[in-house]
Amino acid sequence: MSDLFANLPLLSFSDGGWGWNLLRGLLSTLQIALGAYALGLCIGLFGALGKINGSSLTRWLLEIYTTLIRAVPELVLILLLYYAGTGLINQVLDMMGYRPIDISGLVAGIAVLGVVQGAYATEVIRGAMLAVPLGQVEAAAAFGMSRWQVLRRITLPAMLPLALPGLSNLWLIVVKDTALLSVVGFSELAMVTLQAGGQSRAYLMFFLAAGALYLCVALVSNQVFRLLEKRARRGQPELV
Amino acid sequence: MQWYWLAEYLPKFISGVYVTLQLLGLSIFFGMLLAIPIGLVQVTGPRWLAIPARMFCTVIRGTPLLIQLYLLYYGLGTLFPLIPEIRETFLWPLLRDAFPYAVLAFSLSVAGYEGEVMRGAFKGVPKGELEAARAFGMSRFTVLRRIWLPRAIQNVLPTLAGEFVLTLKSTPLAGVITIFDVYGVGSMVRQETYRIYEPLLLIAGIYILLTGVIVLLFRWLEGRVPRPV
Repeated sequence: MSDLFANLPLLSFSDGGWGWNLLRGLLSTLQIALGAYALGLCIGLFGALGKINGSSLTRWLLEIYTTLIRAVPELVLILLLYYAGTGLINQVLDMMGYRPIDISGLVAGIAVLGVVQGAYATEVIRGAMLAVPLGQVEAAAAFGMSRWQVLRRITLPAMLPLALPGLSNLWLIVVKDTALLSVVGFSELAMVTLQAGGQSRAYLMFFLAAGALYLCVALVSNQVFRLLEKRARRGQPELV
Repeated sequence: MQWYWLAEYLPKFISGVYVTLQLLGLSIFFGMLLAIPIGLVQVTGPRWLAIPARMFCTVIRGTPLLIQLYLLYYGLGTLFPLIPEIRETFLWPLLRDAFPYAVLAFSLSVAGYEGEVMRGAFKGVPKGELEAARAFGMSRFTVLRRIWLPRAIQNVLPTLAGEFVLTLKSTPLAGVITIFDVYGVGSMVRQETYRIYEPLLLIAGIYILLTGVIVLLFRWLEGRVPRPV
């Protein structure tokens, strides 16, 4: 324990301290998480629409996508999508006569985690959309709204309170999943922490500090999602 | 696609599956052993037990499992050698191996997530049933054993199935700290053969199969348990 406190200066923001490095790691963790979450929501929205309204081929393809992604461990998926994705892009570029490019860690991380998130988001949003009473959608159509207007004015606002608990879970999952990207060598919080621990041998303290940072993110986002849910539920009876 | 390496490494993959199943079984067993009291004290326990239990769940669910695993393996793992007395005891060979750290990390993770599930499950059992059992003269522990726990587990069996699939999918993290589970064997094959995709596809296939087995197992179990009314 005494050894733990003797190492405390290592966390400082001055010379020889790892404070700024950890915060920079946290920043790139948040960047990747935000980007992947946004991408996942887009995929999820269209995936849910496709699963509900699409042709049987679309539904079948989406079913394979969500089932496979949800049955394979994230760590394996990240490796597969990362190598397959960068390999594929460079092969296409090569065929078109361009030189292969180096895909930045940030973009690759966002793409990989976004595709994984998309599968989970599809299921969450689909469930919430199915729970919107059909009568409301039909009433809107009877008023002469186009399908896009029905989606924007009725379906999306009505499903939001039902989807938010699931979506808040997904956000917490994507923040934690960014740590897995360290295995492919992205320099986010987990990676920086491992490097800091390796150089200073103060593993225990650095991992406690990193854990505290992740926990802060989780606690703050819990509050944000609580406010969002309150706003999405405005006018509805309180939940018990 | 080239699979020439498969015949050579197949026995290793089989032992990898065995290690993965061991990790999964042990962490679910120890994890649930912890999760049941953690859920219970949050529903009926005194505050000095309920508050730490809730904090434990928040911390476990709010930090990445990889960080928890690193914290235990690198953090605790580098502390033990500082205490020379431990080297003499029977614990020493255990503490140098990565496997116990992985089991500990996964068990705590299961305890945190399933503690939250069990809290809801205990809360969901109708009060009248517990009062009826008390009225029959059962002691509080007998009520727990005969009524409360079985009814709680009956209600959350489908949830637990999903949670255990998530646990299975987090076990490959053990491969990162030098354990040769399915993922660890796969990484070794990738390094030794320089094949990138094929070992990963094989690993993915094995995990899909294992997921299927868990889902079927729980479907069978749910069929045997009388449905909640």
